Amino acid sequence: MIRIQKRKPIIDQHDKNYLYAGKFGGNFVPETLKKPIEDLTKLFNKLRKDKKFIRERDYYFKNYVGTPTSFIKLYNTSHQLGGAQIYAKVVSEANGGAHKIYNAIVHALICKHAGKKYIIGDTGAGYAGKMLSMAAKKFGLKCKIFMGTKDMARQKPNCDAIRVNGAEIIPVDSGSKTLVDAVSECMRYWVSNCDTTHMCVGSTVGPNIFVKICAWSTAQISRELIVQLKEEFGKIPKKLKLINCVGGGSSAIGFWNSFMDYNKKQVEFIGVEAGGPKNSKLHAAPLTNKSKIGILHGAAQYVVQDKEGQISETASISAGLDYPGVSPLHCFLKDAKRARYTAVSDEEALAAYQLIAKNEKIRPSLEPSHAFAVAIKLAPKLSEDTIIVVNSCGDAKKDELILTKRLGKDHD
Amino acid sequence: MINENITLAFENCKLEKRPALLTYIVAGDSNKKMTLDILKAISPYVDICEIGMPHNTSVADGKQIQNSSYRALKNGTKLNDVFEIVKNFKKIEPTKPKILMGYFNQILQYGPNKFLNKCKNIGVDGLIVVDLPFPENKEFADKCKKHHINFIQLLAPTTSTERMKQIIKHSHDMIYYISMLSTTGGKLKLTPKQIIKNYFKIKKINKDKNIVIGFGITEKTIQSLKQADGLVVGSQLCKGISNSLKTKRSPVKTLTNLVKLLKSKI
Repeated sequence: MIRIQKRKPIIDQHDKNYLYAGKFGGNFVPETLKKPIEDLTKLFNKLRKDKKFIRERDYYFKNYVGTPTSFIKLYNTSHQLGGAQIYAKVVSEANGGAHKIYNAIVHALICKHAGKKYIIGDTGAGYAGKMLSMAAKKFGLKCKIFMGTKDMARQKPNCDAIRVNGAEIIPVDSGSKTLVDAVSECMRYWVSNCDTTHMCVGSTVGPNIFVKICAWSTAQISRELIVQLKEEFGKIPKKLKLINCVGGGSSAIGFWNSFMDYNKKQVEFIGVEAGGPKNSKLHAAPLTNKSKIGILHGAAQYVVQDKEGQISETASISAGLDYPGVSPLHCFLKDAKRARYTAVSDEEALAAYQLIAKNEKIRPSLEPSHAFAVAIKLAPKLSEDTIIVVNSCGDAKKDELILTKRLGKDHD
Repeated sequence: MINENITLAFENCKLEKRPALLTYIVAGDSNKKMTLDILKAISPYVDICEIGMPHNTSVADGKQIQNSSYRALKNGTKLNDVFEIVKNFKKIEPTKPKILMGYFNQILQYGPNKFLNKCKNIGVDGLIVVDLPFPENKEFADKCKKHHINFIQLLAPTTSTERMKQIIKHSHDMIYYISMLSTTGGKLKLTPKQIIKNYFKIKKINKDKNIVIGFGITEKTIQSLKQADGLVVGSQLCKGISNSLKTKRSPVKTLTNLVKLLKSKI
């Protein structure tokens, strides 16, 4: 029986080989990266205990990212659907428009502390890249962003933003030309330049230290939410469901982090993966579809792959969720039965986007639209005293091209 | 001695006062028959043959080897095809050492025990698993030893001296030294002189281990590195296949000439 330990940060619940539950995560990396990873691990362990560093982080979170992001009730949608009350944590209000800014700021700060002048990162939806380019500009670092050419075509607004911030986009044209290839190429670049360059992995994936840094950074979301829930309800509600989309899983882990120790009957975690186009088999949903454990980008995880261990291509309307693997932390939460995971199709996500954009003042991007789709399905079946909170972790501005193509010009 | 073929190959080279020449090509590039034909044609000039198991998310390979792997996979190369190539090559060159190189997920999905039994049965002499570093590889390396297969540990320019000592202590007969911070096939960032200097620092830790140098070695640089126990050329050969396919020449001929040239320089 796999158990999550109470009163111990989820990121630290690994063994000496950096494996969660003895089988997820680890450091399956070429020898060249062993030392840079060890150095980064030591540095991060020191910094996270350093009060000065925490103050520095909090200063930039408050004054640059803008904390807290708001917590709102979706009155019209709750009223229309009946049943549970639906709320949103509007993380897309963060500077840059998504949760990726937390990880980017922390990595840029670490890069400064490590005395390195160059920073590189991968991106799928373009958010991780955009935020890293913002952070790099803020801290005077030279920045390269690796991005699949398929994603560059479908997430143009974020590409433009990356370039405006002075970062260079390295187009990745191999394999499926999406996030999975961008991460591989970014790691290859790091293998060749680890002496001068700091690598930021854009989600809670990759060798263990990158999983840790990212989850530690996005935990800000749940720290804010716990306070906001107490303000709204006077206490943590008796029946609370926290719904979040899961690609690599960085926003979900950040959204749930401070709630780990609550009984799951009180605070349930629901992760929503990308089911891809209706009737397609190219789901980016390793947790929902019981994929086997494999190794991708230096970590053992549930991953969409064939019998020979070749990583499979996936397809999703949402570039940010279009990844065949998933964070070792989510594999851990799944096996410990602390979180449950499901998938919705492209079409369901689009319909959810339309409903929310029509009813409310927020316009969630396609990633959180997956989570809203599940909230919309669940709410009518639940009692009125159930509180659903969806992490609206991205804004639809970046998806304009796709929305227009799929839903027409007047898509809201 | 864990594997006789590998040990003997190095001993023979020492008698001839030259480094061993190791070549790397990807199995199934661009089809099964071609790989076997290339192996047959180059083997008279080669001391140890490395054969790549193509993988589609190879994080340590540069463009040339990625292209080769992509071609092999596109043509449907499976692990069983890789085994068949080795098995058929073994019939022609029974004592020429054969080393398989790949990524751990391939072995994991096949089943590590089943994989090693298969390797032993068809005559694989050594294994390089790029993303299974020390100490995570201890258990698997021990299993290799039991199957008389050399698990080849890697050392990199970033490996600390203390760590090197540990790795060398746990290594089998042959060790692979990565010449520089790079993916495979990068341009040499250091002078050959610097590489050799680093190499002898490692060699001093244990003179009895056969240590080969790889990454960035071409016909232009091989001569100045010939003090090493062995030298690996991979990306240049993969590039040779790519170029031959593009210009509709025979990859077998191109590679034979290339390997002959490499051999003549050492």
